[in-house]
Amino acid sequence: MHFKFTRKSLCIPYAVYLVLFVVAPLLVLIYYAFTNGSGQFTLANFTGFFTDPNALGTLFYSFAVAVVTTMVCLLLAYPIACILAFSRLKAKSAVVMLFVLPMWINFSLRITALKEILNVLEGNLAMYPFFNAVIGMTYDFLPFMILPIYTTVSRLDGALREAAMDLGANEVQTFLRVTLPLSVPGIMSGISMVFLPAMTNYVVLDMLYNSTYIMGSLIGSYFAAYNWNGGSMIALILLGIICLFTLLTDGGEEKTSRGGALL
Amino acid sequence: MKKIWKWGYLGLVLLFIYLPILVLAVYSFTDSTNIGAIRSFSLHNYVTLFTTGELRDMIVGTLLLAIGAAAAATVLGTLGAIGAFYSKEKVSRAISTMNQVPVVNADVVTGFSLCILLVVVMRISKDTFIPLVVGHITLCAPFVYLAVLPKIKQMDSSLYEAALDLGATPLKALMQVVIPQIVPGIVSGFALAVTLSLDDYFIATYTKPATFDTISTYVVNATKGSQTTIKTALWALSTVIFLVVIVVVMGMNLYQAKEAGKGTGLEKGEKK
Amino acid sequence: MSQTRLCEAKTSFVLIEKRMRTWDECPVNIAYEGSIMENTNIIELKHVTKSFSDGFTAVEDFNLEVRRGEFVTFLGPSGCGKTTTLRMIAGFELPTSGEILLNGKSITNLPPYERPINTVFQRYALFPHMNIYENIAFGLKQKKTPKDVIEHKVKKVLSLVDLEGFEERNVATLSGGQQQRIAIARALVNEPEILLLDEPLGALDLKMRKEMQIELKDMHDKLGITFIYVTHDQEEALTMSDKIVVMSEGHIQQIGTPEDIYNEPKNAFVADFIGESNIFSGIMTGKLKARFCGGEFVCVDDVAEGTHITAVVRPEDVELTKPEDGIIQGVVTSVIFKGIHYEIAVQSGRNEMMVQSVNAAKVGERVGMRLDPENIHIMIAEDHTNTFPVDINRDYRLEYNGKLLHASLTKLIKGGKRLEDGTLVDGNGEAIDLNRTRVLASIQPGDIEMTDNQEEGLIQGNISNLIYQGDHYLYVIHTELEQDFVVYDEDLWNMEDRVGLIMPVEKMTFSLKK
Repeated sequence: MHFKFTRKSLCIPYAVYLVLFVVAPLLVLIYYAFTNGSGQFTLANFTGFFTDPNALGTLFYSFAVAVVTTMVCLLLAYPIACILAFSRLKAKSAVVMLFVLPMWINFSLRITALKEILNVLEGNLAMYPFFNAVIGMTYDFLPFMILPIYTTVSRLDGALREAAMDLGANEVQTFLRVTLPLSVPGIMSGISMVFLPAMTNYVVLDMLYNSTYIMGSLIGSYFAAYNWNGGSMIALILLGIICLFTLLTDGGEEKTSRGGALL
Repeated sequence: MKKIWKWGYLGLVLLFIYLPILVLAVYSFTDSTNIGAIRSFSLHNYVTLFTTGELRDMIVGTLLLAIGAAAAATVLGTLGAIGAFYSKEKVSRAISTMNQVPVVNADVVTGFSLCILLVVVMRISKDTFIPLVVGHITLCAPFVYLAVLPKIKQMDSSLYEAALDLGATPLKALMQVVIPQIVPGIVSGFALAVTLSLDDYFIATYTKPATFDTISTYVVNATKGSQTTIKTALWALSTVIFLVVIVVVMGMNLYQAKEAGKGTGLEKGEKK
Repeated sequence: MSQTRLCEAKTSFVLIEKRMRTWDECPVNIAYEGSIMENTNIIELKHVTKSFSDGFTAVEDFNLEVRRGEFVTFLGPSGCGKTTTLRMIAGFELPTSGEILLNGKSITNLPPYERPINTVFQRYALFPHMNIYENIAFGLKQKKTPKDVIEHKVKKVLSLVDLEGFEERNVATLSGGQQQRIAIARALVNEPEILLLDEPLGALDLKMRKEMQIELKDMHDKLGITFIYVTHDQEEALTMSDKIVVMSEGHIQQIGTPEDIYNEPKNAFVADFIGESNIFSGIMTGKLKARFCGGEFVCVDDVAEGTHITAVVRPEDVELTKPEDGIIQGVVTSVIFKGIHYEIAVQSGRNEMMVQSVNAAKVGERVGMRLDPENIHIMIAEDHTNTFPVDINRDYRLEYNGKLLHASLTKLIKGGKRLEDGTLVDGNGEAIDLNRTRVLASIQPGDIEMTDNQEEGLIQGNISNLIYQGDHYLYVIHTELEQDFVVYDEDLWNMEDRVGLIMPVEKMTFSLKK
């Protein structure tokens, strides 16, 4: 049959690619998660995870690291975003660029630099594993919190704040009642861009202190042991957490701003 | 007074961000092996960086992988975005949903699941580089798709029809009218893809051949090791990348400013 | 010049095949050709219907013949299907059923790039990444026209649209009017058999629009190409067209010359849409006699007695007289000076008549009104639906003849709701001004019941006509409120009987008019 070119047909290669390398891997992941080494159906991987104190501890630890990191990033980033957005500086975009620029430097090199500094300051990195984890992740992810909040706040109509003050609100009230509520979308997208990587990015920890106490690294350990079934179950659980979190923050679309953030 | 607080705060955070990189940069020009010890000026780290075959191969390999994967991702993602935009809503929604999966998913999970499918199930050797390249395309293409799609949405839909109306076949209308209109989206999608590939660690770990390293995997392994020559050579690499990034960003900003200036210049010409 | 001719000859097989005219070489021949072919149809649409996948039918059973060289305008409100029809002629949409013939041959399923038809788009659709020369040359390049021929033709067409020397300019540096001319030039340079224009002047300001109207008309006369023009602006249509196709809700309402359409509107929609009109529903009361607006008028349309009619009167055709000289009388409620004339609103009974007069009148003045029989356009109402205005009381309830109708006004307004303070707002949150809003109620003749017990009826009146219609009688009841109701009844009543009319609210439909 003669193939007739239409604009629609252009999506065929990408659709096929997505099915092969996005959907199929997930299906295989599910299959492996619920089978044992000889291919028989089992729930052992699932129950194994939730009865293993070590695994649950890791889950809890990752969660704690992610929550604290996200909070620290938010507390650091929000004032920065507001100061930048409200300033009338001519070179404002250059200053914003200064905060964003590190994103283009390979994270492993930046963490190496941080490690050297922390080494000098702390002497022994193993003394403060949790603190180092949070510092390292904050160092890595801070720009991803600053940018979406900055973008949202700087798009706010300045007249809104003026209107609030005109109606008798003082600076604090104006901030609490106008600026803060209106910057929530930026905050949400910042949170979704920091929280999920913070839960899974075990290399940062790995580099700062050879810790394996984080969800992502569990997969790594199963990977190293060629235990595909156990690893698949961990990956699936992580995926579940991600889905849940994405639904909660409605971040599916927000996260796409990561693309915008990087450029 | 208030202003001083504000800018003081910004300065402090900037210090947190840049101090490690700058300290490392300073020490990369000395022969010391630890921060803190004061030694004499030396370029030996840079000599090591550019003469050690292992380091050179790793850098070139990372760059080639980034450019290759980004190019493939750009073609796939762009075509996908164009096709999806003009498809029926069901089809385009299905593609957008699938596209969203690698974006939202943790890179660990993406990398691991691809490894299971390609290496464990399909028995494709990692040494063929196929899993690695596929992994990086999977990482990058969705972002290209997301960069291109809004540009197509913004485009005046009658431009394509105008081209058909003037006798262009659909393929020609696409090449001569639609693609040029979305070039900004394609370019930023490509740039984003390169950045993502360069920064990736997780997908590479699960899919790369044992004998091959990207900058990320190499650095992570190196920090665990105790080879000080390599460690300090990486300080030099960090400094070089830092300088390259500064130059590229400044160049891009200057170019954008020039472009903006060009636009207003023309408008002025028109008013005369 | 001769070299150019040679080159054109080489490539002319394409042109000959597509029967395109080389207007830029020999304008005289075109006029000649145009005159012999005057009676042939260049394009025919036969039973064309277009339904979209969501079930919406944009165009239904559209039939049209366009003669070579004609200037045809599709006129109608937005959503009437005029643009969809144009897009089917261009080839951007394929008809769901029906046929489109170009010079007698079906082009129904031909893609746009194989049709010798070019379009000027609403927002011009100039390619922003190309300069003016590249834009205009685009179509010729697709046909692999030699470079020197392209250059020559671009130059020629640029001078036609008065933009010589604009070749190197960037699209963004052009004003709206200039972009518009380039869009026309880009289409014309391909020497299309038909030029389609989709609201091409919509984005221009009023002054520019007037200028372009004249220029387009000139261009059409000079080139002899068939123009099919889409607009919602009735004045534009009347000024430019040879033939107007008035459309509404996917159907052709009327096809005719501008004069036909204006003077002899076929139905109330056309009358309402074209120019300003007073539209009344009425009834034929005798041979060449019609009653509407509370008076009996002599007319020239011979319509059978008892027929429900719609009468259209143009404001400029109403003659204001002393009260005693008028056929009907009324009180002036507003006078607006419009430059050449005064626009005067006269309330006559329950009807309002708009009048255009060179003489002023005073608000509150009692006047008479007369109509020349020639100027009354009588249309047979498509059905006998009784339509009558109802009142809105202070509580936003509907009332008729002082009696409450149990119907919600709120539900009539799209997205309407009542605010806490009682004011009614529409879907956009704007308050409804009761003084500017009218509600019309309609009821079918079969749904009204006549009763001797007059107080039982919503309104009372006298039977002024009765016609036997085979299985029932058609009665016309002239009410106290000077309206005529048509009622079907199987029993025989006497003429001049006084009856009450029972009209159940649930059988009524209401519509809002601003």
